[in-house]
Amino acid sequence: MNFELTEERQMLQDTLRRFLADKYDVPTRNAILESESGMSAEIWSQLAELGIQGALFDEAQGGFGGAGFDIAVVFEELGRAGIVEPILETCIFGGGLIAALGNEAQKGLLESIIDGNTKIALAHSEPRSRYDLSRVETQYEDGKIKGHKSMAMGAPNADFVIISVRESGGNDDQNGISLFLVPAPDLDMRTTAVMGGGMAADIYLDGLSVSDDKRLGPKGSAFLYLETVFAKAITAICAQTLGGMETATKLTIDYLQTRKQFGKPIGTFQALQHRLSDMLIELEQARSAVIGAAGYLDADTHLRDRYVSAAKNLVGRAARLIAEEAIQMHGGIAMTQEYELAHIAKRVVMADHMFGDTDHHLERFIALSAV
Amino acid sequence: MDLSYTDEESAFQSEVRNFLAEKLSKQMSEKVRLGGDLTKADMDEWHSILNDKGWLAQNWPKAFGGAEWDAVQRHIYEEEAALANAPRIVPFGLSMLAPVLHKFGSKEQCDRWLPRILSGEDWWCQGYSEPGAGSDLASLKTRAVREGDHYIVNGQKTWTTLGQHANMIFCLVRTDVDVKQQEGISFLLIDMDTPGIEVRPIVLLDGGAEVNEVWFTDVKVPVANLVGEENKGWTYAKYLLTHERTNIAGVGFSNAGLQAVKRIAKSELSAGIPLIENPHFAARIAQVEIDLMAMSLSNLRIVSQAAKGGAPGLEASMLKVKGSIIRQEINDLARRAVGPYALPFASEAIEGANEAPFGPEYAAPVAAEYFNNRKLSIFGGSNEVQRQIIAKTTLGAMR
Repeated sequence: MNFELTEERQMLQDTLRRFLADKYDVPTRNAILESESGMSAEIWSQLAELGIQGALFDEAQGGFGGAGFDIAVVFEELGRAGIVEPILETCIFGGGLIAALGNEAQKGLLESIIDGNTKIALAHSEPRSRYDLSRVETQYEDGKIKGHKSMAMGAPNADFVIISVRESGGNDDQNGISLFLVPAPDLDMRTTAVMGGGMAADIYLDGLSVSDDKRLGPKGSAFLYLETVFAKAITAICAQTLGGMETATKLTIDYLQTRKQFGKPIGTFQALQHRLSDMLIELEQARSAVIGAAGYLDADTHLRDRYVSAAKNLVGRAARLIAEEAIQMHGGIAMTQEYELAHIAKRVVMADHMFGDTDHHLERFIALSAV
Repeated sequence: MDLSYTDEESAFQSEVRNFLAEKLSKQMSEKVRLGGDLTKADMDEWHSILNDKGWLAQNWPKAFGGAEWDAVQRHIYEEEAALANAPRIVPFGLSMLAPVLHKFGSKEQCDRWLPRILSGEDWWCQGYSEPGAGSDLASLKTRAVREGDHYIVNGQKTWTTLGQHANMIFCLVRTDVDVKQQEGISFLLIDMDTPGIEVRPIVLLDGGAEVNEVWFTDVKVPVANLVGEENKGWTYAKYLLTHERTNIAGVGFSNAGLQAVKRIAKSELSAGIPLIENPHFAARIAQVEIDLMAMSLSNLRIVSQAAKGGAPGLEASMLKVKGSIIRQEINDLARRAVGPYALPFASEAIEGANEAPFGPEYAAPVAAEYFNNRKLSIFGGSNEVQRQIIAKTTLGAMR
């Protein structure tokens, strides 16, 4: 066992932290949040120049990382700065599925993902699937996709969207799910800004013609690959939420030290001191949960999924506690949209609504424990 | 970062497992598993078995006869020992006094006392808390006045765990009343057979009597038994507390406790199905298991950091708070899991306590353990004191 980052990952962490502290300050982010695209093309290409996208792929895929701790390091820093650009959607979901399943032509996209020239999204969840990974009702028949995909994160800015469809079996069978890689302009989307940053879309597939050669991977056997990329995505969003919680805690510490009421800093009040301590304790628990998920990402799937679901459950609980306590201890100022904490608090709480919430992953953990 | 064991660590794990399988008697492990009170002879026997293997003094330097294990090795032992239901190692001499002697004691003191801890000749207890000095330990009043080659000690210590077995006690005593509280405390080693010492058991709410009051009336203690310098005892006491706290997360105990809860919940029926399949109960088990998995990694992380950079301060306080909350939650689950058979009360103070238990054998100790382990968030600096340490360290001086 060893709990230290390699030198390469420490450098990656330092570089990214410095870059974001410098280039992604609060006014910049607030401007991005209010922009029509909800992201910055400039930041996107600068991240690629720094090699951030590349750090999320292994060497065979054209990157220089791709392991659990690369994901954890990158997303913790992205979360610390509260960045809203669709790195997770593009690299973990898009790049991850293309690298695992793509034919030679499709794999050609990896290079341009790593270079920052292509963005990808995954359209998997549906109005009736909630967080069930195997519940896919969208059909692919006679060259046409028919169905409705909900809250596809990153789709409004994507160049390509990966759409999951059912080709055989019942509505929640693990077998029979396929993926198609479709150019985004072909899609009928209703887009929205997301609470906590980023863009999402509902996608209406009313018999969209998609040729057979757009299929990503073999027919009907995408489920295992979806499970694998979701394990990575959960690790990533947990690390991102950890970074956000660190920022929320730091802002709270600064505020407790400087804000005066009744003639003294509010940090001198014991009622607040003990609540701060509980925030710090849960932050350490969350850090360990992320290390567990990242560390077992390449283990056998049972062990991996136990740690991944454990992390999503624990981080979800910790994020709610830290966001609520940070807002409460700040008081009125935290209720304003302009203040840094508002965005961070929204981001860490709303992460619970992606890839399964605390309750979903508690149930999954119970099911895994029974095996 | 790498969460898997290295080849050496895996080999060590097998060695610990084989050792426990070979040397831990069925009789002893059953007694531990069923929450029975271990006698002094039981604990001495287990210490002696470990000492023969060189594994008794796990964190001592090799030069003093210790195993000098690193954080991961200690974690492996703790986990395996708890799962095998091995008796816990009594910490007072081994992991509380010994580090203080290593660091602050004279060579004569180390040569004299350390081998006797290993051999079991001395059984140490801890004279810290007093009726008026609990979490506010520095307010202690037990007085030691120097007269020639001796100190004359008067006062009272309390919550002295396993003091009934002890022949030696390390005490914090007040040697100067005219200075700031923390600056008038000294660290004394006292022979329990000295005239003027009286030990009185305290029966606790679970019916057990593991703690005592120790009274001192004109007790003569040789000056040679002063550790370090006079009036520097607070420094040594704080040093001791950081060692007391490195194991305070109790991850091994929590792991074993959680396994026990799951076994009980598989046997107990609720609405005709095993309790473990009841969604509400299963959710509570899963929640605490998730917390414990993270806690276990926190413990390893923090203890390995500490091994590199000195005793952990703030982090130890975090481990203490979260570790005790988790253990207490597991005790609560065990109590609930057994249902009505948690009710019988077997107190040492009540006649006939040794009769056959009611209900399944696993039911007998759980309510008592639940109440007994309320101590976890009180002793070693209450959880509120720990939160205070965490906040003050983080926030620094404010004006």
